Amino acid sequence: MSNVQTEERYDLSVVGWFSVAAVIYLVVGASVGVIAASELAWPALNFDLPYITFGRLRPLHTNTVIFAFGGCTLMGAAFYIVQRTCQTRLWSNKLAWFTFWGWNAIIVSAVITLPLGITQGKEYAELEWPIDIAIAVVWLSYFFNFVMTVVNRKTPHIYVANWFFMAMMVMITYLHVINSLVIPVGLFKSYSIFSGVQDAMVQWWYGHNAVGFFLTAGFLGIMYYFIPKQANRPIFSYRLSVLHFWALTFGYVWLGAHHLQYTALPDWTGSLAAAVSMAMIIPSWGGAVNGMMTLSGAWDKLRTDYVLRFLVVALAFYAMSTFEGPLMSVKSVNALSHYTDWTIGHVHSGALGWVVMVSVGAIYHMVTKLWKTEIYSTRLVNFHFWIHTIGIVIYICAMWVSGIMQGLMWRAYDEYGNLVYSFAESVAAMHPYYALRVVGGICVLLGAIVMLYNVIMTINKSKVKVAESSSQPATATA
Amino acid sequence: MTGHKANKKDSFQAKLEKNVVGLLIMIAIMVSVGGIVEIVPLFYLDNVIESEARNPDGSVKFPELEGIRPYSALELAGRDVFLREGCYTCHSQMIRPFRDEKERYGHFSLAAESKYDHPFQWGSKRTGPDLARVGGKYSNEWHVAHLMDPRSVVPESIMPRYPWLMEATIDGEGIVKRMNAMKRVGVPYTDEQISGGKEAVAGKTEMDATVAYLQVLGTMVKFKKGVDYRE
Repeated sequence: MSNVQTEERYDLSVVGWFSVAAVIYLVVGASVGVIAASELAWPALNFDLPYITFGRLRPLHTNTVIFAFGGCTLMGAAFYIVQRTCQTRLWSNKLAWFTFWGWNAIIVSAVITLPLGITQGKEYAELEWPIDIAIAVVWLSYFFNFVMTVVNRKTPHIYVANWFFMAMMVMITYLHVINSLVIPVGLFKSYSIFSGVQDAMVQWWYGHNAVGFFLTAGFLGIMYYFIPKQANRPIFSYRLSVLHFWALTFGYVWLGAHHLQYTALPDWTGSLAAAVSMAMIIPSWGGAVNGMMTLSGAWDKLRTDYVLRFLVVALAFYAMSTFEGPLMSVKSVNALSHYTDWTIGHVHSGALGWVVMVSVGAIYHMVTKLWKTEIYSTRLVNFHFWIHTIGIVIYICAMWVSGIMQGLMWRAYDEYGNLVYSFAESVAAMHPYYALRVVGGICVLLGAIVMLYNVIMTINKSKVKVAESSSQPATATA
Repeated sequence: MTGHKANKKDSFQAKLEKNVVGLLIMIAIMVSVGGIVEIVPLFYLDNVIESEARNPDGSVKFPELEGIRPYSALELAGRDVFLREGCYTCHSQMIRPFRDEKERYGHFSLAAESKYDHPFQWGSKRTGPDLARVGGKYSNEWHVAHLMDPRSVVPESIMPRYPWLMEATIDGEGIVKRMNAMKRVGVPYTDEQISGGKEAVAGKTEMDATVAYLQVLGTMVKFKKGVDYRE
């Protein structure tokens, strides 16, 4: 009973909606990914329809998984964590609902405009200026509500997870506003105020920090709350979290230029970015170790707790990606890897391995807490874990092979000093790996569908319970 | 002494953990440094864009780069089709200074060559070949056949077909608006070019525009042998 009273102090309904929306968008985003990947393996699947050609679906895929799935996860988890760690309810529940509906309206507008070819033509920042303005407004509503809730906290200290969320909120505001500066031509078209080399640098400063802050800092906030919670142990080292946090906030910002090695960007910029990239292995691994060592003395839980398994394997992928990334930023490696599928493989080991796994762990955890019930089927969670892991392994192995093969084919010379392969031959050689990637993608999609089913059944099960015992109204349920 | 220092540091961190505004300010400072160091110099260093490089006597260092001009009305319309269709998701426009890229695509790309590109289209992936110097390599007829059905000319191709480009015509009023917007972001279009924009695209299809754009890519500079454009 006392537990229920504690719960009533929090605004959790909006968190539940964000969590369910995130799972739906995971299914949608993975579906679009599978279709786009299939088009590369079998181009007839473009069906000569402008709206579903690869060039228009790819931005839809990236926007759905990053901003729809990732965004809803981050917003839901941040609102959940900030209330619990500050022991106070949201500064404004109404504003949180505005954030929810606003963000979803933005997602709907993205789903409509991107297939229509309405785009700014910058990777991960394709949405046109009216939507960009809406993003800024909704993002600031999220930011403001979060900060005000921290101000109202009942605890003396601000918990580490909230530092990471705030770093993300500051940096994303900054990135989004600067990279979206355009001169409009009507409602559906605009031109970036930057051009050429400066635009490239601004874009990759944006692009890499979207990875660094949206997909890393934000999800580290999730990690720093849910791993200790799920393992029922305090975080391994406070000092390590302080180091991890400040090194990440300071260091990540420098890395963008490593996407532009050997281009027309001045050499010093790329080299500087590569040097800092190498240095970033230390704080990244510090953070991964901090999360993993939190389990020391509780490793046996991994055998039975599938949610914890998602969270810990996510950290393993985080450690792997944050090693692979710096490696690929080194000029000699980048000369081979840039422009190839290796980059795509790297992104997906980070996105599917780290971001999705940590999110999935957090969402399973939150759903059971919010609806005050056990998960509908732990066997399905276990199935999800394995099918997802197998999918990632197939995907990234296919991309490693195809990426390195592309790089080597493009630079292969015969004994007379002529190029051995035409570009078209390298395209033909990719076919088996592109087909294999589709298989990996289908595994991930299947896992996401199973998760959606499991989450829905869990919520259904809980509703029955609430109806049965009306003497205990659980405000957590929507 | 060191112990004292450590205590002091800890206390600063501890203060931040109790002060939201302080923490936010500290974060804002920390995340600003890298961007300022790497981005701001690109706007004022004069060796960033090769066409702006000067000899010690003040004369233009690479006069051949003065051939770089804003896109014509038709080329700009084609570039907008290129953006709309997301061609940059599979085609780069940035040749790196390697032997194999020189042989496959031509001279490495200069920053000056994309100085009128709002936004830049360097790309990040070569699912298809680089297009930075595709201009003049194939005939207009080849490009039309290729865009209509890529596999009719390159059997291994995995590119989608773009038959709808043949049917859509370019909006003359629209292109004038677009050229005006380009002028506002700093592209030096003359008033005659802008007012002539409507006539220049009259009756043209998106196919004509796209081909015009592809055919101009990388052709504005006549490179001189033995000149080192990038230090």
